Amino acid sequence: MASNLADYKTEVHNDWCPGCGDFGIVSAIQMALAEMQVPRHKAAIFSGVGCSGKTSHFINTYGVHTLHGRVLAFSQGAKLANPEMTIIAAGGDGDGLGIGAGHFVAAGRRNVDMTYIIFNNGVYGLTKGQASPTLKLGLKTKSLPEPNVNQSVNPIALAIASGYTFVARGYAYDVRQLKDLIIAAVKHRGLSFLDVLQPCPTYNDINTRDWFSGLDNIDEMTNKPMPRIYKLEDTGYDPLVHIDSPEEENEKLTQALIKSNEWDSKIPTGIFYKNEIIAPYDERMAGRIPNYLENPPAYQEISSGGKSITNISKMLDALEI
Amino acid sequence: MSSIDLTWVIGGPQGGGVETAANIFAGACAGCGLKIFGKREYYSNIKGEHSYFGVRVSDKTIRSNVSGITMLVGFDSETIFRHVEDVFDDGAIVYESELTGMKMDEVHTLDAQFKERLKKYLTSKNKPFTIQGLLDEAKERGITLYPVSFREILANLSDETKNPKIRGMFRMQNVLAVSVSLGLLGLPPDTLLKSVGTIFSRKAEIAEMNKVAANYAYNLATVKYSKFKYQLPQIPKEEHTMLVQGFQSTSLGKIACGCRFQSYYPITPASDESVFLESNEIFEVENNRPGSTLVVQTEDEISAIGMIIGASLTGTRSSTSTSGPGFSLMAEALGWAGINEVPIVVTLYQRSGPSTGLPTRHGQDDLLFAIHAGHGDFPRIVYASGDTEEGFYDTAKCFNFADVYQIPVIHMMDKFIASTVSTVPRFDSTKITIQRGKLLEKIEDAGYKRFTPSPDGISPRSRLGLENGIFWNTGDESDQEGHISEDPENRIYKMDKRAHKLDLALEQIPKEDQAINYGISDFCIISWGSAKGPILDGIDMLKKEGYKVGFIQIKMLHPFPTGYVQSLLSGVKTIIDIEANQAGQLGSLFNEHLDRKVDYYILKYTGRPMTCNEVFDSVKKIIDNKAEKKQVLTYGV
Repeated sequence: MASNLADYKTEVHNDWCPGCGDFGIVSAIQMALAEMQVPRHKAAIFSGVGCSGKTSHFINTYGVHTLHGRVLAFSQGAKLANPEMTIIAAGGDGDGLGIGAGHFVAAGRRNVDMTYIIFNNGVYGLTKGQASPTLKLGLKTKSLPEPNVNQSVNPIALAIASGYTFVARGYAYDVRQLKDLIIAAVKHRGLSFLDVLQPCPTYNDINTRDWFSGLDNIDEMTNKPMPRIYKLEDTGYDPLVHIDSPEEENEKLTQALIKSNEWDSKIPTGIFYKNEIIAPYDERMAGRIPNYLENPPAYQEISSGGKSITNISKMLDALEI
Repeated sequence: MSSIDLTWVIGGPQGGGVETAANIFAGACAGCGLKIFGKREYYSNIKGEHSYFGVRVSDKTIRSNVSGITMLVGFDSETIFRHVEDVFDDGAIVYESELTGMKMDEVHTLDAQFKERLKKYLTSKNKPFTIQGLLDEAKERGITLYPVSFREILANLSDETKNPKIRGMFRMQNVLAVSVSLGLLGLPPDTLLKSVGTIFSRKAEIAEMNKVAANYAYNLATVKYSKFKYQLPQIPKEEHTMLVQGFQSTSLGKIACGCRFQSYYPITPASDESVFLESNEIFEVENNRPGSTLVVQTEDEISAIGMIIGASLTGTRSSTSTSGPGFSLMAEALGWAGINEVPIVVTLYQRSGPSTGLPTRHGQDDLLFAIHAGHGDFPRIVYASGDTEEGFYDTAKCFNFADVYQIPVIHMMDKFIASTVSTVPRFDSTKITIQRGKLLEKIEDAGYKRFTPSPDGISPRSRLGLENGIFWNTGDESDQEGHISEDPENRIYKMDKRAHKLDLALEQIPKEDQAINYGISDFCIISWGSAKGPILDGIDMLKKEGYKVGFIQIKMLHPFPTGYVQSLLSGVKTIIDIEANQAGQLGSLFNEHLDRKVDYYILKYTGRPMTCNEVFDSVKKIIDNKAEKKQVLTYGV
């Protein structure tokens, strides 16, 4: 039975602020799941803590709202135990790049076949707008007593340096592009990372929707705003590592890093880097445990009539005197 | 035949083959039907610091170490300096004869505090601060000395076998030392050679060379020296006896009871368990495809517990294994598993805290922490094993508790058990049952709610991937579907629903699984975990002198079996708490839950496991009315 978009929506009251970029991200996830026709019981949305943490409650699949910073730990465990699941992890920039930064890096090394979306707005919204790890040095958003004293972390560059094999950026108000990026991310074999620019209308009064649209940046010739956001695909940018060679990989990694540093006047969206030559974690596991994918932990039979059916006699024989 | 009970200790620098030597010794003795109880002590260090392995051998069942050494074997100087004081007056020392001139201050790994104590001792005996000084003192006490030049043995062996390589193979000193000792102790050489072969079974060439060396050293010992006054007999072997290291018990228990996902972050002494699981990741399953355990090394312990929660949500039996510092990091996620009713097992191999503490030494310091870890009120079961054998069967019980009550279970083990090598009856997996509680295999209709009310408070549990089984979880308080709810009435429903599981556990878990009654008497010991062995051996020793002492081993520490323990203690006059921590943590649980107080405390927190002699002495003092309220045990270097 085909599912339509409405099937992926819950009736849970959404208490995000009016105009919040989070709405667009949730819609894009629901649209992507509907378009891919992922059976609802074969998908699970894991989320961290914060405004974005509530995402899992709005989507009508399995939903696991975890702990602050730990969404990758929980979700990787689930995916490894049941590789049949389509897993999307979601969380804020503070969640993933502040308290959860260690997990962010470690996950890249594993390359588990799932998707991680960061809702990136530069502030800790739910705790009243403190500076988050992606807020630029010297900016003073609305509720900061003093300008931000820390440098910002570059999520795209960090993902690339950590080994993510699919790295992309979306914009919360371009739901169509975001939906396409989520589909590409989910279909990617390996760990995909999506940095989604998501203006917080309440606490980030600098990187606003108007700012991204360039309303403060008027072209003198045309007298029209010059949008900051642009799409990499419109520039002929090719993110894909086509062949298994260090030169090719270096070239693609380098161009992605250079692009990731663009900010202020021009902010690229789209896929920065994609590499399917690097084996995902499940393939590495199947190299060790040949029937891992056919007989994963979640589907193994362990008992019959309340008795163990695992035969440990060889291990015991080795210990017998 | 008179009964034999002796302790053989070998020491040397970390990385110098001490453990291999001890395993050969233990294997040879066990091969002769003898019972083994061995333990390894080592510093937090890779190479060079002093490590030693004590093996107690007897023809009777033994469950602990003794205070003292029957035969000390050292191929380095530090071993002699460290342990000579502990050798019994009727004992023996096998030592490298070329080291006798060595001065204490030349051994850089001896710490200042130790040297100060030893110098005081030697001064009192009017002896110089050298190995010779110590050996002279030993000889005056009646100790038999066996000077052996391991260098010379290698040289002679090299000449005789026409293999010049052997001359410089000082790595083989350990095997030579064991072989000399077994020659002196009169064990048949074939058991020695068989044990050498088993230890080096993966490297045929090395095995062969070591066998030649072992045979040579063994024969030399029988020819050159007079037999030691204690000889190891060969006795009928009990069938199906294994020589097991403690950590292997929980590993094997996990495989047998269907744990299929284990994550961990490296930490002493817990990671041996995970490494064993990974080394045995594929196994046979009756009438089925091969099974496997997915072992994942994580970036930290927070990730380790997060991953097993995620894995458990798919219906997979999942666990992590850690020690105190790692468990500290897991506290927040433990609460998440509690509020979302996710079954997980955390195997907690305790060591001495606080902080990094004594990272390679024993302790039972984490009882109260295990009971209270995490913020807010949520139920968990804390269950403790007393020895290797219990470790295997209890692992399966812990997974059942987790599944049946949909609850986190903390399985308390410790460094003493982890690094004990002992002879135990072969584990029998037909004795374990697997109870998955209300885990659902299939859901026919729509409308499933994860936290739906039920008469016993435990809701049917769906799992990720199950059709019609969709649910939500959140660390926030939630409604029956699992969506965030701050409704006051729902809050009471959910809090009480979760808390009720502990009443249910107390009611349903068999009494003999909650606490073990080894006999009740006017004087009664209460304890938990690995203190069991020294206590049982100590009680046997007391019995021989006419002292009658009772003992209750508490296995389920939380929820505390108040009613049952209270009933056991009804006729008891004096309660003695014995445990390996400074605060008397079990004692404080007693004082909290029972309507009477602990009368005496016997505590040890040097990081070294207690011995049966220590239990004997300290309990005897109490019965003789000569003891302070609290006795602190100190034996062991």
